[in-house]
Amino acid sequence: MNSRKITENILSVSTATLLITGVAVFGFGCNGKGRQKINGAGGSFPAPLYQSWCFDYSQDISHPKVNYQSVGSSAGISQIKAGTVDFAGTDAPLSEEDCEKSGLEQFHMVSGAVVPTVNLPSLAQSTFTLDGDTLADIYLGKIERWNDTRIAALNPGLTLPDLKITVVHRGDGSGTTHIFTTYLSSVSEAWKKDIGIGTLVKWPCGIAGQKNPGVCNNVSRIKGAIGYTEYTFALEAKLQIAFLAVDGKTVKPDEAAWPILGKTYILTRKDTPADKMSAMADFFSWCKQYGGDTARRLHYIPVSK
Amino acid sequence: MRRILDTDTAFRWFCKAGAIVGLAVAIALVAVILKESMLALRTAGFSLVFSAEWNPADGSFGAAGALAGTAATTLLALLMAVPLAFAAALFVNAAPPNVAVPVAHALDLLAAIPSVIYGMWGLFVLCPLLQSVLSRFGIEYTGFGLVPSSLVLALMVLPYVSAVMRDVLAQTPVALVESAMGVGCTRWEATWDVVARSRKAGLLGAIMIGLGRALGETMAVLFVCGGVSAIPTGLLDGCTTIAATLANDFAEADGVHKSALFALGGILLAFEFAIQATTIPLIGRRSRK
Repeated sequence: MNSRKITENILSVSTATLLITGVAVFGFGCNGKGRQKINGAGGSFPAPLYQSWCFDYSQDISHPKVNYQSVGSSAGISQIKAGTVDFAGTDAPLSEEDCEKSGLEQFHMVSGAVVPTVNLPSLAQSTFTLDGDTLADIYLGKIERWNDTRIAALNPGLTLPDLKITVVHRGDGSGTTHIFTTYLSSVSEAWKKDIGIGTLVKWPCGIAGQKNPGVCNNVSRIKGAIGYTEYTFALEAKLQIAFLAVDGKTVKPDEAAWPILGKTYILTRKDTPADKMSAMADFFSWCKQYGGDTARRLHYIPVSK
Repeated sequence: MRRILDTDTAFRWFCKAGAIVGLAVAIALVAVILKESMLALRTAGFSLVFSAEWNPADGSFGAAGALAGTAATTLLALLMAVPLAFAAALFVNAAPPNVAVPVAHALDLLAAIPSVIYGMWGLFVLCPLLQSVLSRFGIEYTGFGLVPSSLVLALMVLPYVSAVMRDVLAQTPVALVESAMGVGCTRWEATWDVVARSRKAGLLGAIMIGLGRALGETMAVLFVCGGVSAIPTGLLDGCTTIAATLANDFAEADGVHKSALFALGGILLAFEFAIQATTIPLIGRRSRK
């Protein structure tokens, strides 16, 4: 019926099996003598950072060997609940009750920016600015053309094209959508009332793309399109980023005042054996202490020590 | 003597087992779909089919948009594919073998292309092309939705419909064509009024095969439909289909949402079954004539 999902399922089942076998072989085979192994899995958004941290940390052979697999937040949550991994990464936080019920501990690891991206070839070399309210009204379908007076007012001096705005959003459930709709709800009463916050929402207009690359692809292929993605994806896809006016000042995604920020979390099990728990704690505190530069280089915002 | 009997018995049981496994799987499939969709049928009821409000976030599961999208893309695809398939089938049957064979192979090859390739072609080539071509006529179009979905579907069903039509037309008694020509029919009259009419059931069967294939196609449509859950009102609108909705939502769905997806799968299965049930006698009839 759907070969991609089936392949994914087979892949995740085999990954899980491999992980279990791996844990079993190393756990019993090495019996504490070899290097300890810590396995993590979860959201794809922090994966580049976590994997880079794992690599740096594991370079020191006195440290345990840490792995992180990018399988998606939801898959990470089900794996940590099933106990097949030692920690999981998720972009949408679990509720307190859910954590309590499943015996999980959750903490904030890093933040990342979500950015609006646009395809306006005539403005490719210019600084293009929107503000929260305009962005919300574009996504509500209330502003339909790029030369709308409200957009023009934010961009004095630019000649805006007489072009229809094509809204692009995520089709699949996504932590990025959660972050983006949280922002829109905070700046627009109409958005908060009619649409709200969620990983999947009822979009009033626009077309859908599959995952971050799908949204980037649709934006880059449709003239007059606007989309939203994690900052790193926008940079990789070389898309034009719309900056945001906050209190009358134009803010770029690298700046501290950037308003669309998402937190990503780590989940661990409370019943983890003490030696493994302390090894994990060592890894996470190492990340917080020494991982800041790597995080900033990859456009994430580390939690202050 | 005894040995022969034994292998025969074993072989009979083996065949029986094969048949039973097939039947059991089909029954189990229907049972699971029914069981899983009960929750949605109880909570959403008829609004599942009649409401176009699809919003998993607040628990509305009206799939009228996906149903309409499925019907529209399938019909448009058949409108484009059937005449082409009929023409191609006529050509292959009438042309000399050194031309007909390569053409027939090329058509069959179209059926061997995985659907995800059609989807990528649609996304990377067809959608931007539609957008730029229509913009020359002053029409602002995203490039996604009903038009590319049905174009991609038309291409995908073309080889199937054409292959069955080829077989159906090849069964036409030569005497029939010759008599038609003999009484002074033009080529067109002989083809349309005599051959096509006498093969009506088989040709309809070929169309039904295309219909079945277009209804259930998932990946190619998911790429180019735009993922809009509302009922499309114009040709340039974005849309979605049942199969695309299933592919898009299944990974994250749980509770009523997941159940609603199972119910949609059930609806699709019922349609496919009905098509299958009408097609088999139609195609089967040609051998009896």
